[in-house]
Amino acid sequence: MEVMPKWADVVLVPLISLVLAMIISALVILGIGEDPWAALKLMVQGALGSPYGWGYTLYYATNFIFTGLAVSVAFHAAMFNIGGEGQATLGGLGVALVCLALPWPHWALALPAATLGAALFGAAWAAIPAYLAAKRGSHIVITTIMFNFIGAAVLNYMLVNVLRPPSSMDPASAKFPDGTALPSFHDMFSPIIAFPKSVPANISFLIALVACLVVWLLIWRTRFGFELRAFGKSESAAVYAGISPTKIIMGSMLISGALAGMMAINTVQGEAGRLVLNSVEGAGFIGIAVALMGRSHPAGVLIAAILFGFLYQGGAELALWMSIPRELVVVIQGLVILFTGALDNMVRMPIERVFLWRRRSRQAAGE
Amino acid sequence: MDFSTLIQILDSTLRLATPLLLACLAGLFSERSGIFDIGLEAKMLIAAFFSAAFAYSTGSVWLGLLAGIAASMVFAAIHGLASITFRGNQLISGVALNFLASGMTVLIAQNWFQQGGRTPSLIGGARFEGIELPFAIGPNEAAETGRPLSELLSEAGPLQLLYSELISGHSILVYVALAAVPATWWILYRTRFGLRLRAVGENPAAVDTAGVSVIGLRYAAVVIAGLLCGIAGAYLATGLQAGFVKDMTAGRGYIALAALIFAKWRPWYALGACLLFGALQALALRTDVAEAIFPFKMPVQLLDSLPYILTVVILAGFVGKAIPPRAGGQPYVKER
Repeated sequence: MEVMPKWADVVLVPLISLVLAMIISALVILGIGEDPWAALKLMVQGALGSPYGWGYTLYYATNFIFTGLAVSVAFHAAMFNIGGEGQATLGGLGVALVCLALPWPHWALALPAATLGAALFGAAWAAIPAYLAAKRGSHIVITTIMFNFIGAAVLNYMLVNVLRPPSSMDPASAKFPDGTALPSFHDMFSPIIAFPKSVPANISFLIALVACLVVWLLIWRTRFGFELRAFGKSESAAVYAGISPTKIIMGSMLISGALAGMMAINTVQGEAGRLVLNSVEGAGFIGIAVALMGRSHPAGVLIAAILFGFLYQGGAELALWMSIPRELVVVIQGLVILFTGALDNMVRMPIERVFLWRRRSRQAAGE
Repeated sequence: MDFSTLIQILDSTLRLATPLLLACLAGLFSERSGIFDIGLEAKMLIAAFFSAAFAYSTGSVWLGLLAGIAASMVFAAIHGLASITFRGNQLISGVALNFLASGMTVLIAQNWFQQGGRTPSLIGGARFEGIELPFAIGPNEAAETGRPLSELLSEAGPLQLLYSELISGHSILVYVALAAVPATWWILYRTRFGLRLRAVGENPAAVDTAGVSVIGLRYAAVVIAGLLCGIAGAYLATGLQAGFVKDMTAGRGYIALAALIFAKWRPWYALGACLLFGALQALALRTDVAEAIFPFKMPVQLLDSLPYILTVVILAGFVGKAIPPRAGGQPYVKER
């Protein structure tokens, strides 16, 4: 018997966790001698108050949708993929190799190819930890952490020794051909909403929205999705029902890696137009926070990703206009993960008690 | 490669292995009690900052060490609260703490010192200096005889050189870390507390049935981990380097975790693994030597990632099998 109604579980608990994280963040801002209310106003103004702000907010959100979905898919199979960072790094490599391989005539051709490249490379980077987990019983968390570091080293090596143009000292690839440049929000919406030219949000945001829908269909409307969730709830029951653990572990991790890798079309192809070191910038880890807040549901992930996009853009504004370092965002992110993830029971148990008490008193009144 | 280069490499191996070793033993206590700890990085980082900040403002490195340990313990307590009391996901708690430490240190450093998220450089008594062991050739003897140190060293025999350069002259925390290995072994395998600690990581229900508090044991383990990580972080900021810089742990917490798996959760093997990984870090700093050792051109990136690659190989079970404590990562619920 469920103690709480579904709405309390899906909305109330995450909301209270979020409020707690925000209260502590406000205390942190107070602690460093700034005004939290002014900071919040500045963040809202800077991130949501103009097409410019929205352009950045949605650009960051696009990354977080991909990585959040990646973590969510793995969560449904009770796998903790902490390797989104490495998978997105390798996804960037895939995008760069595709974009530099041909003199692409038009983005409409380059985009599907680059997306495929990103997904394949991301999935490949998840494949080894997944195989080791399925066949050799290695702990997926530790192996994916290790692959984050190995991935960073691979990218470093590729940029310095292979992709770097001979004339350049920078550890970065050559500029991609013009035909790979994705339409930005400025190009897409210019008659209706005037996004400034400098805004990095681009058509990948729409792909991210499609990815949300596809993941929802996959998890709740396909046979594989059913098996995935069954496996996540109880491995032994799933095995008893004839579901192959290898298939689920490999399948969920490959999809997860592919989603994390696809983040690179937004950053590498959409924004930078070349591959640089550390283009992921921690988005792989933010995926964990996004998935936890969004309760591993694509709709929740979308909302949480936009919230984190807001935090990122707002945080940049804070660093610019108040003497609050950008790292405040990292603190808030840590607090959100702590409260919505690790301290979930701290919030949940008192709420459950309230609902139990209400039910009991109602039953007593009915008798 | 000549003898003195070898000694230099070994010397820097020992220095670089020290924070790894302390963090690795911290993880060992925690994970042997059944609490996964991927927040080693966080505890080291927060300790590094607070030790440097307090050492700078008080001028005493010992007060700095205490402050570092205290900060690390606070983080350990949060981890304990989340994973023991509230039975949350231990891995997620560790991830959260890593972010908190990474952000908080820069935020506070900027607020206190306004130097872009770092502390001012530590000098004099605010740093751990190397201590000269008896009969070693060092600055003291050079001062007594009135001859330059390099001249004394060039006259010394290989054994004397090995003793003076490699074994003597480190800060006290290096010796503390080395002493922590037999101490950990003794606590784990020769005391009642150690037996119970290992049991609670394998089968907490049995320990509970015997009338011993699972929660108490696990908190004790987490607190010991906090203590050791605190020393590790203080060594980073006040021994190895002179001050705190942003994200100065640079993944050492994860390397320590890798070493722990490499060592299969045993103290003496942990020493070996940390020395090996320390040597890889030392070689990555001396690419000229690395090039001389390996017959082919060794990319520095490969050298950097070798600890991680080796750990994956070990985890894959191709070279022996690493079996973690059985109850690791599972919150203990008294009755279902």
